[in-house]
Amino acid sequence: MVEPVLQIDNLVKNFAALRATDGVSLDLRPGEIHALIGPNGAGKSTLIHQICGTLRQDSGTIRFAGEDIGTLNTAERAQRGLGRTFQVSSLAPEFSALRNVMLAVQAKQGSSFGFFRPVMRDASLVDPAMAILERVGLADRARLPAAELSHGERRQLEIAMALALQSKAFLLDEPMAGMGPEGSKRLTGFLDTLRREAPILLVEHDMDAVFALADRISVLVYGKVIATGTVDEIRNNSTVRTAYLGDHA
Amino acid sequence: MLTRENTVNLLAAVLLLAAPLAANAFGQPFYVTLATRIAILALAALGLNLALGLGGLVSFGHAAFFGIGGYAAGILSSHALSYEPMIFGLPGTVQMPIIWIVAVIAAGLVALAIGAISLRTSGVYFIMITLAFAQMVYYFAISWPAYGGEDGLSILVRNQFPGINTMKPLSFFFVSYVVLLVGIGLFSLIRASRFGAALQAARQNETRVATVGIHPYRIRLTGFVISAMITALAGALYADLNRFVSPSMLSWHMSGELIVLIILGGTGRLFGPLAGAALYVAFEFALGGLTERWQFFLGLILLGVVLFARGGLLGLLAGKARHG
Repeated sequence: MVEPVLQIDNLVKNFAALRATDGVSLDLRPGEIHALIGPNGAGKSTLIHQICGTLRQDSGTIRFAGEDIGTLNTAERAQRGLGRTFQVSSLAPEFSALRNVMLAVQAKQGSSFGFFRPVMRDASLVDPAMAILERVGLADRARLPAAELSHGERRQLEIAMALALQSKAFLLDEPMAGMGPEGSKRLTGFLDTLRREAPILLVEHDMDAVFALADRISVLVYGKVIATGTVDEIRNNSTVRTAYLGDHA
Repeated sequence: MLTRENTVNLLAAVLLLAAPLAANAFGQPFYVTLATRIAILALAALGLNLALGLGGLVSFGHAAFFGIGGYAAGILSSHALSYEPMIFGLPGTVQMPIIWIVAVIAAGLVALAIGAISLRTSGVYFIMITLAFAQMVYYFAISWPAYGGEDGLSILVRNQFPGINTMKPLSFFFVSYVVLLVGIGLFSLIRASRFGAALQAARQNETRVATVGIHPYRIRLTGFVISAMITALAGALYADLNRFVSPSMLSWHMSGELIVLIILGGTGRLFGPLAGAALYVAFEFALGGLTERWQFFLGLILLGVVLFARGGLLGLLAGKARHG
């Protein structure tokens, strides 16, 4: 078997008496989209926070690209190639779309301590950033402040930033949230091509998107993974049906 | 290409140069001193603007760096004039360039220590902890009798700049003016640079900066130190302007005044500190002649700016700030 890019083993996180993450183990293999679903309050966000390093787990290990990253901070994990997007778009709102992506390009190049050269005249930042914006279909919005972009465009911009980091894995936290049906469809198509770049751990409520995209699905309920399997296995899993899917499947 | 903001900036720079030239021609050296005061306070606020305007770090302790710059000038010159060596037998000096270097390095080191601790907090805690550190420096100066303690330290003869007679008000104005312009140029470069991008992004969204793999803490600490260095340089000039340095340069009033200058002029704007300093000094002069309570009216204006003109004077004149 191929070595997983991301491997989480027996992760536990308590908030006082609440066990938000209860012995979660899951992995992300090269080339796949692994969807993480579960009802609200199941601990999906808490899990994402631990993978990114914004929260520290109480016990358990997180291995990424063959290295234990469980004790690294957020910036260090990002430098190792963990690219993420947020449930609520997280951008530098005053900066233009272009400058947001340029920030990621600059971070990828590992040099944020240049003091004298104007970034806007630095082709090694502007050109790759522009190319990525073209790829996600935002080229004509490049000069607009992120705050003035539409909701869908902000989501695209976040993905553009993750792309600019040349991530080894993408962690997408509800990328479809708040998108109209048309936007969801377009984004689904885009994510389908994105998996060739790097595997995706996809947290998503939009079941159409999940069933269309996912190679494997894990179901998180009350901090526990109650099932992992292919789309069909999950659809036909009776525990999952009662716990979560209900009439949707 | 001249944007509206650049035109306003250019006009401000020309005005600040023209006013003392005219005053000098009409034999009014007092106004030259006033313009020098504007230039120096603008430089001090420019330093703070790097931390506050670009980095969003509301330091309520920049008086510490302003005062350290001032004391660098006072202490070095007092040793030079008394021929008493300082620690390690080093001699004093009356040469401004050397004084400036000492001021900038000393303030940079103190800022590194203060920043390293303070930047672990944010928001109100950051404001309070920088205030606390500055007050520590303030009380240290008060209780240090060797350099005047509470009474401060006089600089008997203004320090010298090679090739310039700094005792002439207009000459000293030129020195201060050029240093201010260099400071503004430096600020402009930094703001447009990679470091500037990271610093401004960390203000807008810290999590975002961390998730692309840039350490916000290191960026902010560097910004804080550079900011302190510029303010310290202004402090050294300020001591030379007044030929006097006292703990009042280190007091929290001074920290507050610097913040007020920035808010009046326009937070994060290149020429905001200059606009703010000009407005402040003009007010102090015009209203100060009428009433001792001029700060009451300044307070009203500040209230007006905060409520109705968030962009400060520059926001009114040049419109909203733009990021490329």
